[in-house]
Amino acid sequence: MLELKNLVWTLPGGEEIIKGITMHAAPGKLTVVTGPNGGGKTSIAKLTAGLYAPTSGSILLDGNDITGLDMTERAKLGIAYAFQMPVHFKGLTVRDLLEISAEDKLDEGRLCGLLGKVGLCAHDYIDRPVDASLSGGEIKRIEIATVLARKNARLLVFDEPEAGIDLWSFTSLIEVFRALREERDRAMLVISHQERILEIADEIVVIANGKVRVAGTRETVLPTLLAEEKQASCPIRTQTAAVSC
Amino acid sequence: MEKITEELLQKISDFKEQFKGAYSIRENGFCTGRQSSPHIHIESKEDAPGLVIHIDSEAQDENVYIPACVTHGDVDDLVYNDFYVAEGANVTIIAGCGVHNDSEESARHNGIHRFFLGKNCHVLYKEKHIGTGTGKGLRTIDPVTDATLEENAILEMDTIQIGGVDRTTRTTRATLAAGARLTIHESLLTEYDQTASTEFEVSMDGDDSSVDLISRSVAKGNSSQQYHSCIKGNCRCTGHSECDAILVDHGTVNAAPELYAGNIDAALIHEAAIGKIAGEQIIKLRTLGLTEEEAEAKIIDGFLRG
Ligand SMILES: Nc1ncnc2c1ncn2[C@@H]1O[C@H](COP(=O)(O)OP(=O)(O)OP(=O)(O)O)[C@@H](O)[C@H]1O
Ligand SMILES: [Mg+2]
Repeated sequence: MLELKNLVWTLPGGEEIIKGITMHAAPGKLTVVTGPNGGGKTSIAKLTAGLYAPTSGSILLDGNDITGLDMTERAKLGIAYAFQMPVHFKGLTVRDLLEISAEDKLDEGRLCGLLGKVGLCAHDYIDRPVDASLSGGEIKRIEIATVLARKNARLLVFDEPEAGIDLWSFTSLIEVFRALREERDRAMLVISHQERILEIADEIVVIANGKVRVAGTRETVLPTLLAEEKQASCPIRTQTAAVSC
Repeated sequence: MEKITEELLQKISDFKEQFKGAYSIRENGFCTGRQSSPHIHIESKEDAPGLVIHIDSEAQDENVYIPACVTHGDVDDLVYNDFYVAEGANVTIIAGCGVHNDSEESARHNGIHRFFLGKNCHVLYKEKHIGTGTGKGLRTIDPVTDATLEENAILEMDTIQIGGVDRTTRTTRATLAAGARLTIHESLLTEYDQTASTEFEVSMDGDDSSVDLISRSVAKGNSSQQYHSCIKGNCRCTGHSECDAILVDHGTVNAAPELYAGNIDAALIHEAAIGKIAGEQIIKLRTLGLTEEEAEAKIIDGFLRG
């Protein structure tokens, strides 16, 4: 489905952030990207969704080179990206945003289904503006829902979906990811530091310092990662957020 | 009634063939239909063009429509409407204005509204302004609102100018007695070479009165907007004003908010932000499949509506 080939991304000042990354995300599989803060995970997601243009290398979707396509074109091809840092809007409501995502009017039942997946009650949220009046966890869940609402999504990219989300909702989010993986024609790329997400991964890619440090199946990569973590040298964390329902 | 008037009425109100409740429709300076209701009496003013509207205490959850339309150039319509709202009444006043102009001459509507709100009454005032037509003649709407709120009266004003108005000078003045509450939501869109000037002057004169003034505007093209608000707290009161403007293309906005606290217990806040649409907002919508232009239109639409 998605292939990144020898991707390099350099800042205008010359600093190389992504230093030749080759990796893939296969349909029906959940690929988890992990690694230390500042390692380049979000940059990879943004390069994939077209927010950044690579300096060299190529991005392929279903074998087609999409490196030259802009973000609108990539979205139309089915790349859906839930931001690490959700955007605030002044005026657009939760309903507006989800209807834009779904390219359709959504009745309360569908809104309820979508927001229910991220642990929100539609009735309380649909008419609220997506602005700073929402809590960090609420806006993060709405951000995730914007990707779940996409009809044509084929590659779903979630950037640290666990951030700010309480334990109770997190458990149901894991179930949503599991269910999505069952849809064989979709690929999932989840950036996470969360052990419980790593545990449901099919493939794990560890990115550090702009390069792939390790990549492989969960069975091969996770034990080493966890062992490293025990020695406090690896940045994956277990969920520590308090339950707040 | 002219067909153009009907079309304008549909754009500025929920008009469908007729209005339910009390109404008076003004077309190019003349009345084309009027109806009072048991608790809302509409009469012509004797000393000037316009209406005197008496809303008695029995009026509860009732509507009164007083739209004004101009359908061609070379019209300069001036109207004075006075509203007397009795103690405890609860009504919605819908007072939109549409100016259509296909000619080279200018077309203008200038509505001067005075509100006298009795104790404990609740008025929701809705006003939508629009300009249409293909002529080079200017479309101008200059509303003036003067409101006096007695004890615990509530006035909520929702005003929106959705486009096509070349020139507008909007003036709103209000004085509030104890416990009275005024909220104003203004949305304003200017484009091309349009200009808009907004002036608010609110004086809180009785303890526990409050004002909440929210202005959202978008200046596109080469349009320009002037904004001046003055909130005076002369007693124990709370005042909040928020002025948010988005600039697109070469639009300009000059916002000058003013607060005056004449009492130690007056709590007044002003917030203001002017700038272009945040790039990240456009990016987010593009990742949902919208083009840059579509994203911009959605953001502006939501901003003006919100
Ligand atoms: N637009 C940008 N301009 C300048 N520097 C950038 C930009 N985007 C990313 N960087 C830098 O590139 C590096 C990688 O950032 P990136 O956000 O990809 O890391 P990450 O792996 O997602 O980190 P985290 O786990 O903290 O989210 C960081 O040092 C960051 O400061
Ligand atoms: Mg990141």
